[in-house]
Amino acid sequence: MSLTATRRAGARALPLAPATVLLLTFLAGPILWSLYAAFTNTALSGEAARHSKFIGLENFRQALDSPSFKNAVVLTLTFTILSAIIGQNALGLGLALLMRSGSRVVRVVVGAFVLGAWVIPEVVAGYLWYAFLAQEGSLNHFLHATGLGSQSWLFSSPILAVSLANVWRGTAFSMLVYSAALSEVPKEIEEAAEMDGATGIRRLWNVTLPLIRRSVTTNLMLITLQTLSVFGLIFTMTKGGPGSHSQTLPLYMYEQSFSFGQLGYGTALATVLLTVGAVFSLIYLRAMRTEV
Amino acid sequence: MAITMTRPIELRTRHTGGKRRSRAARRTRWVNGVLILIGVLFFVPMLWMLLASINSTAGLSVSWPSHPSLANFRAVMNEDTTYRPIRNGLVLCGGGTAITLVGAVLAAYPLSRYRTRYRKPYLYTILFTTGLPITALMVPVYGLFVQLNLVDTTLGTIVFLGTAGLPFAIWLMKNFMDGVSIQLEEAAWTDGASNLQALRLIVMPLMWPGIAVVAIFTFISMWGNFFVPFVLLLSPKKLPASVSIYTFFGQYGQVQYGQLAAYALLYAMPVVVLYLLLSRKLGGAFTLGGAVKG
Repeated sequence: MSLTATRRAGARALPLAPATVLLLTFLAGPILWSLYAAFTNTALSGEAARHSKFIGLENFRQALDSPSFKNAVVLTLTFTILSAIIGQNALGLGLALLMRSGSRVVRVVVGAFVLGAWVIPEVVAGYLWYAFLAQEGSLNHFLHATGLGSQSWLFSSPILAVSLANVWRGTAFSMLVYSAALSEVPKEIEEAAEMDGATGIRRLWNVTLPLIRRSVTTNLMLITLQTLSVFGLIFTMTKGGPGSHSQTLPLYMYEQSFSFGQLGYGTALATVLLTVGAVFSLIYLRAMRTEV
Repeated sequence: MAITMTRPIELRTRHTGGKRRSRAARRTRWVNGVLILIGVLFFVPMLWMLLASINSTAGLSVSWPSHPSLANFRAVMNEDTTYRPIRNGLVLCGGGTAITLVGAVLAAYPLSRYRTRYRKPYLYTILFTTGLPITALMVPVYGLFVQLNLVDTTLGTIVFLGTAGLPFAIWLMKNFMDGVSIQLEEAAWTDGASNLQALRLIVMPLMWPGIAVVAIFTFISMWGNFFVPFVLLLSPKKLPASVSIYTFFGQYGQVQYGQLAAYALLYAMPVVVLYLLLSRKLGGAFTLGGAVKG
């Protein structure tokens, strides 16, 4: 390449510099650092904070041996499957389908409520659901009034409680994705299927869903990634408790790193979470098959 | 002959048409019923916030206030509880949004305009990064901030928030910029304008709705972010509304639920208003779902 061509290529790439420097320093940097620190015994304070040393796979071995880690993994899986893959996904698809044949006023009002739950900050959503499910909350009041037994939901089934709250908060996203996908399905195809006698569930399963299958995959990946990093919602509702009955991986990681000061161990947990996130993110990229 | 031929057919179509119409009407009624039920389930938790905020003796259950008043709002409208956290939030999210916007507009320009070798890998990396869980990143980021002496600084938190918003903002911005025709710029280039002049004088004025969408979207997600300021900021005086709501109401045993509801309403209001602006700008929120979808 001649000198002027090189200079021109440089000038053209120059506007990329600020964003690239920031992304390298504050996103790529910490990721690389975590790949190193996860193999050390670094701590928030004390001797290990000043002179951390390399301890190999010790942090990961500690995680695999720890019942708390296993508990967190199981709860994270439960939370993700219940609230994202089943709850948000199915309810979002259901709403998007129903919205097509509801009357206009109903569509606008119900859509506003669902979107409202999505827009309000997650800490507020946490408090609203705390109030709804608490011993003295609305749900128990209602159950009591109808003669059904009340119970302390946040204590008896905390992971179910936070999952419900996450369905409430996140369904709007799936609804938006599916509404956009369904609006691109040609009406003629579904009408033709109806003429041929395919009704209800069968038309949905055999005709509509295959047509929007790429949106289904992207939606599943995106809501899984969002659900994997939920922190504030659970933290305000149960703090991971009672005991550790709703302590998902992010809350466990937070407790180990900042409450117990085990930065090295916490970083190893972060690396696990990042790796899972990276895998889902790659599947999402492949599923999108976007031409950039 | 013609009459006898067409009549039965006409009759039959009218007949089945009527049947189909009544079936469609029944279905609409049924669909409306299910939608209204779901809508009510979504609304009940919000109803508590609305009613408790004007009820000075509010508990945790939804109940009609016997003496509706603004006492809860008066109680929380002071420097420590509301004004300073909201101001801190505005500084953090405003600063973060500014960094994200400047970085994204600049980066989107070469990515949208030139077919270079690095364009595809760069965009794929950006898209990949939008999926990474930021929550998991906060432990190593805290480690980095300790090294750089940035823990508990407003500036450090602003820069991190701005960076975390970049991947999605670059992606959106590049897509909006693709929609601006390149012909006007080519004319400007031949007249001797530099790239940045073309960006500032020609492209940006043509895509300001897109820029506004990215700005509002970025601001909304920062305003709701709890974990980033919760980890990076320590002094109570620097905390934004998203964290102070937790520290203020979470620490005391005897919570004034009415005040909590009033404060939550005040804190949530800006993003609701901004979202209404955003959805009007997009002609319904569905386009954003499409943009997210890719």
